[in-house]
Amino acid sequence: MLRTNPLYGSAPDLEARPLLTVTDLAVQYRTAGGTVRAVDGVSLEVHPGETLGLVGESGCGKSTLGRAILRLVEPSRGSIRLDGRELVGLPRRALRGERRRLQMVFQDSGAALDPRWTVGRLIEEPLRVYGIGGRAERRDRVARLLADMGLPPDAAARHPHAFSGGQRQRIGIARALVLDPDLVVCDEPVSALDVSIQAQILNLLQDLQERRGVAFLFISHDLSVVEHVSDRVAVMYLGRIVETAPRDALWRAPAHPYTRTLLAAVPSPERQARRARRGVNLPDALPSPYAPPSGCHFHPRCPLAVERCRSEVPALRAFSGTAHRVACHLA
Amino acid sequence: MSAETRTGAPVLEVDDLRISFRERAAERAAVHGLGFSVEAGETLAIVGESGCGKSLTAFALLGLLPGNARASGRVRLEGRDILGLEGEAMRRLRGTRIAMIFQEPMTALNPVLTIGAQIVEAIREHEAVSAADARTRTLSLLARVRIPDPERRFGEYPHRLSGGMRQRVVIAMALACAPAVLVADEPTTALDVTVQAEILDLIDDLRRETGMAVVLITHDLGLVAEHADRVLVMYAGRAVEAGSAAALFAAPRHPYTRALVAARPRPGSALRQRLVEIPGQVPPLGAMPPGCAFAPRCPAAEAPCRETPPPLQSVGTAAERVACLRWKDLRAPDQSPVRLGA
Amino acid sequence: MTGTLTISAARPRPAGLVARLIRRPSAVVGLALLGLVAGAGLAAPVLYPGDPLDMIGAPLQWPGMDPAFPLGTDMLGRDIAAGITHGARISLMIGAVATLVALVIGVGIGAGAGYYGGRVEAALMRLTELFQTIPPFLFTLAIVAVLQPSIPTIVLAIGLTGWPGLARLVRAEVLRLRDGELVQASIVIGASDARIIGLHILPNVLAPVVVSASILVANAILTESSLAFLGLGDPNVVSWGGMVGAGREVIRTDWFVAAAPGLAIVAAVLALNLLGDGLNDALDLKRALR
Repeated sequence: MLRTNPLYGSAPDLEARPLLTVTDLAVQYRTAGGTVRAVDGVSLEVHPGETLGLVGESGCGKSTLGRAILRLVEPSRGSIRLDGRELVGLPRRALRGERRRLQMVFQDSGAALDPRWTVGRLIEEPLRVYGIGGRAERRDRVARLLADMGLPPDAAARHPHAFSGGQRQRIGIARALVLDPDLVVCDEPVSALDVSIQAQILNLLQDLQERRGVAFLFISHDLSVVEHVSDRVAVMYLGRIVETAPRDALWRAPAHPYTRTLLAAVPSPERQARRARRGVNLPDALPSPYAPPSGCHFHPRCPLAVERCRSEVPALRAFSGTAHRVACHLA
Repeated sequence: MSAETRTGAPVLEVDDLRISFRERAAERAAVHGLGFSVEAGETLAIVGESGCGKSLTAFALLGLLPGNARASGRVRLEGRDILGLEGEAMRRLRGTRIAMIFQEPMTALNPVLTIGAQIVEAIREHEAVSAADARTRTLSLLARVRIPDPERRFGEYPHRLSGGMRQRVVIAMALACAPAVLVADEPTTALDVTVQAEILDLIDDLRRETGMAVVLITHDLGLVAEHADRVLVMYAGRAVEAGSAAALFAAPRHPYTRALVAARPRPGSALRQRLVEIPGQVPPLGAMPPGCAFAPRCPAAEAPCRETPPPLQSVGTAAERVACLRWKDLRAPDQSPVRLGA
Repeated sequence: MTGTLTISAARPRPAGLVARLIRRPSAVVGLALLGLVAGAGLAAPVLYPGDPLDMIGAPLQWPGMDPAFPLGTDMLGRDIAAGITHGARISLMIGAVATLVALVIGVGIGAGAGYYGGRVEAALMRLTELFQTIPPFLFTLAIVAVLQPSIPTIVLAIGLTGWPGLARLVRAEVLRLRDGELVQASIVIGASDARIIGLHILPNVLAPVVVSASILVANAILTESSLAFLGLGDPNVVSWGGMVGAGREVIRTDWFVAAAPGLAIVAAVLALNLLGDGLNDALDLKRALR
């Protein structure tokens, strides 16, 4: 499972001090219908050079969590430590300094890129914001990045709309990497792409990680993709993490009933999933986010639920070894 | 592009379907000579990536092409040619003999009418039944699509239902008059994966119960593997491969199909394994190469491939067809063949 | 690595703004008319040197009676054509400057409210609503009457009544952008608020603002004409509205005295409306990229 990485030797070393530590993070929205706890006490870690996959269905809060880590939305409680430095509550000036190490790739790079600017200017902007390098040096870096992304050198003079969806994602990735961050949050980076283009982008991300040692928090609803890219995976349901495990362990021996349901639902030629699904008929009633179920959020849909599941919130505790953790009373 | 020869005539036959657009005084061909057929009780999946023309084909089947598009060829529904039908004649068929469900259920549902009222309307539009009878039928339809508590749901508005529920309502509407063919255009793309599985299982069960034929349009090969009997792979407006789903995954023949099957992240693969890529991208409508549309991206393309588009020919049994000049010369795929779960 | 990919060449480059504008016949008409009016205004000191308010001819001559006065003379013997061309300068100038005032205030308030939200937004929006509840023309009248009519006061008055609509428009556009990926991406790369607003938000709200501006100029011209008609225009300059007002008394016999300047007003306002329409379509980025 190890492969050599020029920056970190053999990596990712899950015993090393984590690069990002999130503790008991919560994000709340107040809307006309009530208070929504989009993220409800989440703790996780990302180690240098690793890819942590964050997977869950719509409404589970994974995108909100990604944005909260970047402080695009303000958490209502909890801590986010980047290499030991606390980010929550950090004043904006100081936060700007930390932003260099934390970047983001969006689902639709086309929407994130100003259509009036040229690609070169867009990729160069982070450097300008931080006053890095002179004009010639910046142009150099942009050209090298474009080459790394497999984009033609004349791309710098063109506008984003001249490119296809896959190419625009590459531009978005280039922009995220130009500052050489330690961690990049990828929010559904390939969900809007065709399968063949998706493969290109996933391979690209992998190459970039191997060469630069950057860590990814890879957010997606697509389990097959998450399984492919991740070293470790965290499964979210209604604002909480229900299971974290090294990727192979999660697929071989999922411990949480929700994880098992999710895995059984993935359509695939390789599995006997169809047969396994007979009998597991989830009532199609996703709980309202304004009034989540008490105790374990999953208990109304869980085939194994007992009384304790309704009254007591299960904590995320070790299941097998420290790396595999589950939030279930019955695991 | 001849129809299948099997016992029992196919309920839907498409022959040499061509669709073109008029865009700023230029005529652009989007679908070139497509041919396929579907039998009663089976699911044909039309699979391809964005821009391949699969949705356009679906619209053509129902006479729903946009104003600036033109279709030619033959589409026979239960033996009757429907491609040229207009207005009232087509409207009578839509919903009764051939129905369609879309990716986004809200496009089919009226937000200011209750779902019960909409299904009743769908029934009474085509059949002369009393309101009471229509209501009874609606309730049983809602139960059939496994909507819990149909009595209560009858009076609810679409926005109160989840995405999966709405799609079930849309299916109920489509099935209201027991059509012979159901065309499902990416019916679950907008839904969560757990809901997606339920919806497609539901469609399978209904198909078995009613004997209707299903044309499933999708880009997701996983869905194809689990829910399709036969598959038609499209690329840039043409069929490149056709055959049974099992055969397609066990031994894909066309280079594009092989690449598509290989490009999917596979469970159980080793950590950090590279996916097989298809370099480049689909040529845009106005810039199709003269020969095989896939040739610029094909690892096996040679000079003859670039001259004329290869015809769709039978290989093996009559049911298996490939549009490739070189498929026989290609090496066996590097991965072990995929066996579909029973 | 995939190696270099070719960029899809078939997606056409959007034609330049002017090219897109010219494609619409109504915009062409608008531009032409506006050019005519502006040209007349610019050429006024050359075509009709001296004060247009000088009484230089026999009074109430019909257009065409005397070749020296192509549009005739009014009841005081003043050359109507001179009045119209000089009036064009005044009208366009007042229109442009008043709109500029409205733009500065409106965009500033709208962008501030939209971007910062919270209490700032609440305060600014209450201010906007306050100004909106006052009937615009009466407000203009009041300001001009109190401050004594002159070009600066007229410009100020019109500017002060024109900004609320613009502020609401800008606020809506800024809100739309603020929650979108564009601004989020800019925040993530560490851009400051000033940079985000100045470089990303404002340029992208430019389109609807420009269209509004053209309509504002038209409204300013109408308002100024109305003020002058009522006798509240700057007494030292000739104005279309003033000319219409003066021609009121003889409208039953020598209607050309009021009609000529009236037509000029119509032409200018129509031109600006057509231009605004055309700009709306031409600046619509999505349309251009199709």
